[in-house]
Amino acid sequence: MNQRFATATNIVAEVSSGARSAVDVVDEHLARIATDDGEIHAFNTVTADAARARAAEIDELVASGSEPGPLAGVPIALKDNMCTRGVRTTCSSKILEEWVPPYNATVVERLAEAGAVVVGKTNLDEFAMGSSTENSAFGPTRNPLDTGRVPGGSSGGSAAAVAAGFASLSLGSDTGGSIRQPAALCGLVGVKPTYGAVSRYGLIAFASSLDQIGPFAHTVGDAALIYDVLAGHDPRDSTSIVQPQASVLTDLGAPIDGLRVGVVKELSGQGNEAFEPAVVQAAADAAEALASAGAKVEDVSIPSAVAGLSAYYMIAPAEASSNLARYDGVRYGLRHDGPNTAAMMRASRTAGFGDEVKRRIMLGTYALSAGYYDAFYGKAQRIRTLMIQEFDEIYQNYDVLLSPTSPCVAFEFGAKADPLTMYYNDVCTIPSNLTGHPAISVPFGLGQAGLPIGVQILGPMLSEPRLFQVAAALEEVAPR
Amino acid sequence: MPEPREPLTTDDVAKVANLAMLDLSDDELVTFTSQLDAVLDLAGELNQFDVAEVAPTAHPFGLTNVFRPDEPEPDDIADAIREEALAAGPEVEDHQYRVPPALGEAL
Amino acid sequence: MSQTRTETESASSEPNLLPEGWEMVIGLEVHAELATQTKMFSPARNQFGGDPNTNVHPVCLGLPGTLPVVNEKAVEHSIRIGLALNCTVQRCIWARKNYFYPDMPKDYQISQYDKPLNVDGWLDLPGGSRVGIERAHMEEDTGKSTHVGVSGRIHDAGYSLVDYNRAGVPLIEIVTRPEIRGPEQAKEYVEELRSILVTIGASDGKMEEGSLRVDANVSVRPTGADELRTRCEVKNVNSLRSLGRAIIYEARRHVDLYEAGDSPRQETRHWDEEAGRSRPGRSKEEAEDYRYFADPDLVPIDPSAEWIAEIAASIPALPKERRDALIGKGASAEAAAMAVGRQLDALALAAIEAGADADRVLTHVANNLAVDGAQNLDAGHLAELVKMETDGALTATQAKQVLAEMVETGSAPGAVAAAHGFEAMDTGELETLVDQLIADSPEEWERFVAGDDKARHKMQGFFTGQIMKATKGQADGKAVNQLLNQRASR
Ligand SMILES: [Mg+2]
Ligand SMILES: [Zn+2]
Repeated sequence: MNQRFATATNIVAEVSSGARSAVDVVDEHLARIATDDGEIHAFNTVTADAARARAAEIDELVASGSEPGPLAGVPIALKDNMCTRGVRTTCSSKILEEWVPPYNATVVERLAEAGAVVVGKTNLDEFAMGSSTENSAFGPTRNPLDTGRVPGGSSGGSAAAVAAGFASLSLGSDTGGSIRQPAALCGLVGVKPTYGAVSRYGLIAFASSLDQIGPFAHTVGDAALIYDVLAGHDPRDSTSIVQPQASVLTDLGAPIDGLRVGVVKELSGQGNEAFEPAVVQAAADAAEALASAGAKVEDVSIPSAVAGLSAYYMIAPAEASSNLARYDGVRYGLRHDGPNTAAMMRASRTAGFGDEVKRRIMLGTYALSAGYYDAFYGKAQRIRTLMIQEFDEIYQNYDVLLSPTSPCVAFEFGAKADPLTMYYNDVCTIPSNLTGHPAISVPFGLGQAGLPIGVQILGPMLSEPRLFQVAAALEEVAPR
Repeated sequence: MPEPREPLTTDDVAKVANLAMLDLSDDELVTFTSQLDAVLDLAGELNQFDVAEVAPTAHPFGLTNVFRPDEPEPDDIADAIREEALAAGPEVEDHQYRVPPALGEAL
Repeated sequence: MSQTRTETESASSEPNLLPEGWEMVIGLEVHAELATQTKMFSPARNQFGGDPNTNVHPVCLGLPGTLPVVNEKAVEHSIRIGLALNCTVQRCIWARKNYFYPDMPKDYQISQYDKPLNVDGWLDLPGGSRVGIERAHMEEDTGKSTHVGVSGRIHDAGYSLVDYNRAGVPLIEIVTRPEIRGPEQAKEYVEELRSILVTIGASDGKMEEGSLRVDANVSVRPTGADELRTRCEVKNVNSLRSLGRAIIYEARRHVDLYEAGDSPRQETRHWDEEAGRSRPGRSKEEAEDYRYFADPDLVPIDPSAEWIAEIAASIPALPKERRDALIGKGASAEAAAMAVGRQLDALALAAIEAGADADRVLTHVANNLAVDGAQNLDAGHLAELVKMETDGALTATQAKQVLAEMVETGSAPGAVAAAHGFEAMDTGELETLVDQLIADSPEEWERFVAGDDKARHKMQGFFTGQIMKATKGQADGKAVNQLLNQRASR
């Protein structure tokens, strides 16, 4: 792995031992932000002063002999749809441009307790709706590996922040692939946890039954380090899994002989023109590499997986149409006046939302409306059950499944201006969101223009320790 | 067999925009109508599957009975949050959110 | 518009308030706020009154990123209500009801739709009728807007101020089948329901504070028909009196429309108590489309049989059972209802069971006991007091005085009576006093003897008053009257 920047694991080791100060680490990252973020535009807000103050506190803890936490001194960037008390949280939307939350998301509290240092809030497709970060109301983010190309999305700012060395780790949210796809396009590890493994409290909702927070990292080890901090039950989230979750660090580096790996035919891209050939090849190579490492690799078929995209584009917009109703100009956010309350709400929403958000709100409103519910939303929720059943059946015989993460490497700005073409980008990632199962994207090989390709490892509910184990094995053998 | 679907009309979209409290220009109405119609075509794929006997998913892992105890948050936290929340209001008067008058709504 | 309305007896034994040949079909939706410390989905306080936006929290303000978590106590209360209303308690899910309204922080209400907690119950009313309960589901309340304007009237208002103190307060919505046939039965239903809610501690039932709100679905049909015609939902009914008036007004409006060859249209209407009429609500140019769907932020409630049994065991005797207990001891239905209504039925029952006369016990409960304090009265003492009365050891007036002191001090009636020197007056002694008074007041006596009923009643007051004065209230008023009438008829 081409390691330009220090890993979080190294930073924690240095800071906790006092070999290097957290202030020094944070200053180095802030300096890179100051130099390069003008071009990259990974951040909506940089919290430099708060970061330095927090880093100084960590150093004091170390100096006084206290335990500074498992992420001591690690500079971290948060997708700007996670609430931070006193720091504006915008969702890259004009409607929340000036909004300052009075409370912290659960993940923000967990990171603070673990000694991480938040350096800023990152750009995204407005309300996380998109796959390129071109839908931000504040302008797109550029891919640090090729600034003429997108970083992917919707968590493009968080991916770019790590890839550019602005933060050692970052958090994104994944509703249909919004962590895994930008991780693939920026050459990073990206994790979509089991639904309910990480608290959604304080994550501004896009589609509540699909949204999950997860990390971006340079290495599988770094991702595992932060994953253990994020995961766990939260009484403030009713959908949070109650049972204890095993550490993903335990099996990291354990051999994978005898592990049963399925290659999902429907998601492989074989014979599909929409897939870049190098991507299809990289996934096949990854399967081959796992086999060489002792795994038992076979092709499997999950017929309902092909319905993922259509089911997703009914369910996610339906939930979004309801979740985004609250932006009405009454209690927070943008207000455009009108002669009566309804007119004020209309004017505020019309001025505050961008086109992609409006498109999805209208689509979802339609899918839920009288006379259409059963054919669209209702049917999609049943397909979802079918997918869960089919995947569960496959997991009776396989430990993990494998597929490409994204059909292509990072593409140029404006290349996918047609909404449907853009939607197709999520075809491999969407099934895990619909089933609630976890998935990890790991860099594996290079494609067009020497840009990184990601392959995805899928597993059943709460199989994260196994996914991290396989991801680490793949990372070991990945071509570099 | 997939049933043929009537194409979406600008009237349909105007109605949906109205329900969603969005105003669209005439041009936007036309563009959105064709874009949304294309996405609805995608939904046709759902008809390949017979799911009449399959229950809809409520929670992927069947979680039920999640409750919290009936205990109030400490007053000092509640007070601080109230002040910060009100500070974010676009228009606040006497600790209340001010809005233009409702129309056609008798309370 | 004006028609002769024949007031005949309808099947439900209510006077028929509609023209011959029409009957009312009424269904009621009662919203009751649940008696919890905190809101349905957030740890903000559930408290009436208070400064605007003081009982708020990020969750009930609908701030971006917040998530609802169900208050267990609210579910427990709701199950208790379902059981008290003879409902089936079932696995249920939460649904979002989507519509834009500034009082509603998320612009959707979390409610229950096709799978509510309680279904298929009934409520037996004191008058003997039974009202079917279709469902009793949980939901959250909205905030409140105050309209600010020169005249204070909505259409002239300059702006509105929104307070979210009430937003998210847990509600139960209890929906009857359309089986109520008139305003009296409707009021009887609401009173009985209220009494149940208070008895089981699930709600304070205060209509004046808005913790109990009634919407009436009203339609009419030809008497005896099976059909259900177009109904209107009448909202903003803030008292039982308004409920009765609103139902009559709305039903007559429907009959008038039908008789004019027209028909009502399905809509929500608001009751204007001052004007005595209902008015159309929100404009309904487009039919409402609430786009209900299962709330993805919440998981189903699947109450276990053990939990339901535990809650069932905690339900105290309900008003009907308590009324029946008193009626079984000889109380009239009215007196029993009164005693239960005043929460003094247990006291009355215990006193009667201790051997006291039922009528006299219930007379004291109705007239001589304040609800506060009377709860602490010892039933044995009350029984002793009534026995002293029936034995002639105390007059009614004395008994009332003794009772008041018993409530205050907790003393036994014998001791209180003795301390006051109360002894029933000897009949001979009273006769002497009455005869002496008649002799001393010849003019008044003349008027008593010769007067019509009214005059005699007036003079009776004079004589009784004089005797009471002379005996310092120890004389028995009834005995005095008997003596006066006896002397006059001689
Ligand atoms: Mg209702
Ligand atoms: Zn309701």
